Amino acid sequence: MLEDKDRIFTNLYGFGDWRLKGGRARGAWDNTKKLIDKDKDWIINEMKASGLRGRGGAGFPTGLKWSFMPKPDPARPSYLVVNADESEPGTCKDREIMRNDPQLLIEGCFLACFAMRAHVCYIYIRGEYVLEGRRLEAAIAEAYAAKLIGKNNVHGWPFDIYVHSGAGAYIAGEETALLESLEGKKGMPRLKPPFPANMGLYGCPTTVNNVESIAAAPAILRRGAAWFASFGAKNNSGTKLFCVSGHVNKPCNVEEAMSIPFRELIERHCGGVRGGFDNLLAVIPGGSSVPCVPAHEIIDAAMDFDTLQKLKSGLGTAAVIVMDKSTDIVRAIARISYFYKHESCGQCTPCREGTGWLWRVVSRMAEGRAQRREIDMLLEVTTQIEGHTICAFGDAAAWPVQGLIRHFRQEIEQRIDQYAANPHPEPVRDFGVAAE
Amino acid sequence: MSVRRLAENQPEAFAFTRENEAKCEEILRKYPEGREASAVIPLLWLAQKQNDYWLPKPAIEKVAQKLDMPFIRALEIATFYTMFNLAPVGRFYVQMCGTTPCLLAGSNAIKEVLLRRIGEQGKVTSDGMFSWIEVECLGACCNAPMVQINEDYYEDLTPQNFEKLLDDLAAGRPVKTGSQTGRVTSEPAGGLTSLTSLYGVDGRNGPLSTPDLNQS
Repeated sequence: MLEDKDRIFTNLYGFGDWRLKGGRARGAWDNTKKLIDKDKDWIINEMKASGLRGRGGAGFPTGLKWSFMPKPDPARPSYLVVNADESEPGTCKDREIMRNDPQLLIEGCFLACFAMRAHVCYIYIRGEYVLEGRRLEAAIAEAYAAKLIGKNNVHGWPFDIYVHSGAGAYIAGEETALLESLEGKKGMPRLKPPFPANMGLYGCPTTVNNVESIAAAPAILRRGAAWFASFGAKNNSGTKLFCVSGHVNKPCNVEEAMSIPFRELIERHCGGVRGGFDNLLAVIPGGSSVPCVPAHEIIDAAMDFDTLQKLKSGLGTAAVIVMDKSTDIVRAIARISYFYKHESCGQCTPCREGTGWLWRVVSRMAEGRAQRREIDMLLEVTTQIEGHTICAFGDAAAWPVQGLIRHFRQEIEQRIDQYAANPHPEPVRDFGVAAE
Repeated sequence: MSVRRLAENQPEAFAFTRENEAKCEEILRKYPEGREASAVIPLLWLAQKQNDYWLPKPAIEKVAQKLDMPFIRALEIATFYTMFNLAPVGRFYVQMCGTTPCLLAGSNAIKEVLLRRIGEQGKVTSDGMFSWIEVECLGACCNAPMVQINEDYYEDLTPQNFEKLLDDLAAGRPVKTGSQTGRVTSEPAGGLTSLTSLYGVDGRNGPLSTPDLNQS
């Protein structure tokens, strides 16, 4: 089990002071000058050696991403953009960092910008996080006043940081859609290449990182890559914030070592599964975009990128959605399909049309009002969406349905048979439909 | 995707207050020269806030004009991003999260309360006090089910405490934002399982404990 002394987010729950004074007491901005005096290559190498994989879902090595930034060019300034558009269903970790320990994030931004030769950082925060945005602004103002950041700061690296609020689009969490949105356009993902490291914000070199990745950077640099790499399995190192929701006795956010077994995570921090582990049906281990994993496969699995990938799922954002045996799994997935229908940006036809189609068919199946052959047809359609869109949203919409069919085909078939034995003319029940 | 259109009844004109004009200038300073379009979302926000939480056509025109962009570019932003309300909302505008984590935690029961007390979603009550819609994940899943009312989150809801919350809002009584069951944020209920060496099990006995959560 991870000990308190090894936790990075020591004010995760907001019991301490979120202001600069409290942040400093917890170690933020402690001799930051010493870190930047070691130069940028040291920082990037240390980040690479730590094995930190991006905490926003894709798990791309953060240090490697930083090293992709080209040499500075006065005509095309470099930017760091922090993705605080946390909207993956199940995920609520960045919110706690921003409202309870904002200085960790600000210091991380400063160090990342220094390593990437950038002088300006934008934090794109989702519009719904009004309080978190305000608190972040207040924390930034404090850091400016203390001359920790700004044009003439004590560290000697001119650095400006701005908070930019979004307005309720899940797709703006995709890095290129986020850049479009930040430029004042609709949040529609761009074709890659060119990658943001070459053509990002305003056509300039840009790195987009998740809040948790950036906020972990100062601790990694201070304590050393070896310290961070000592947690978790190989290639999955570090500590990680897990957001456990759903049918556990005590849902919570918690920082734990990577590769902690699912059972231990739930038993130690969440008071166990509602009704005991025998009552577990399935788990969505990484936010709504990853396929669900049935109880017997997940229960002793290590919660990390590689293990969950082997289970044909993923760690994603480590948003663990637990479902016990009372769950109507088909409806739960249908609700996720509705989410994707609602949030598709509409740019690519397979996704725009396909997400609505998935939702309608899965909703019918939840009531058994379908033919058995439609299950394979549905699966086939998901494969036609997956990989045929500009961004990964299409995949994210397809995977939960694929997971459902892979593990719960029997359940769907049973419902179809039940309905066929007792058909009725009432319309398909309407649920989860927003007003517009 | 969702189809969103402007309201049928539109006011004649819209102008930023002097205070908000100053805020506009402040916002514009965040972005490099020639990139003023970046401010379109923040400015629409400001307009929406000034106009009782909904965005009339003249306000969108005003923002487009201010940023020197074609009207259609601002309109497509207002219709694309779902937090911009294109029609009037109640004084207490309830956004109920209905995505799977909240659904698992009982958001349907919250929805029933809303249907019974406020009525159909998207419609404002006759006294103008309430309206509600179902939205997608609001990112407070460890405190599900939850709603956002105007700018604040109300978490760990049950039909009982939610009814009381609506009563208190309607009567103008002060309410507590955040968790309605006494949790501070997203810690496990009933005692910490981590960070205890810093804050004690109850989270209040540590060297750094000065909880002041409701100040922003």
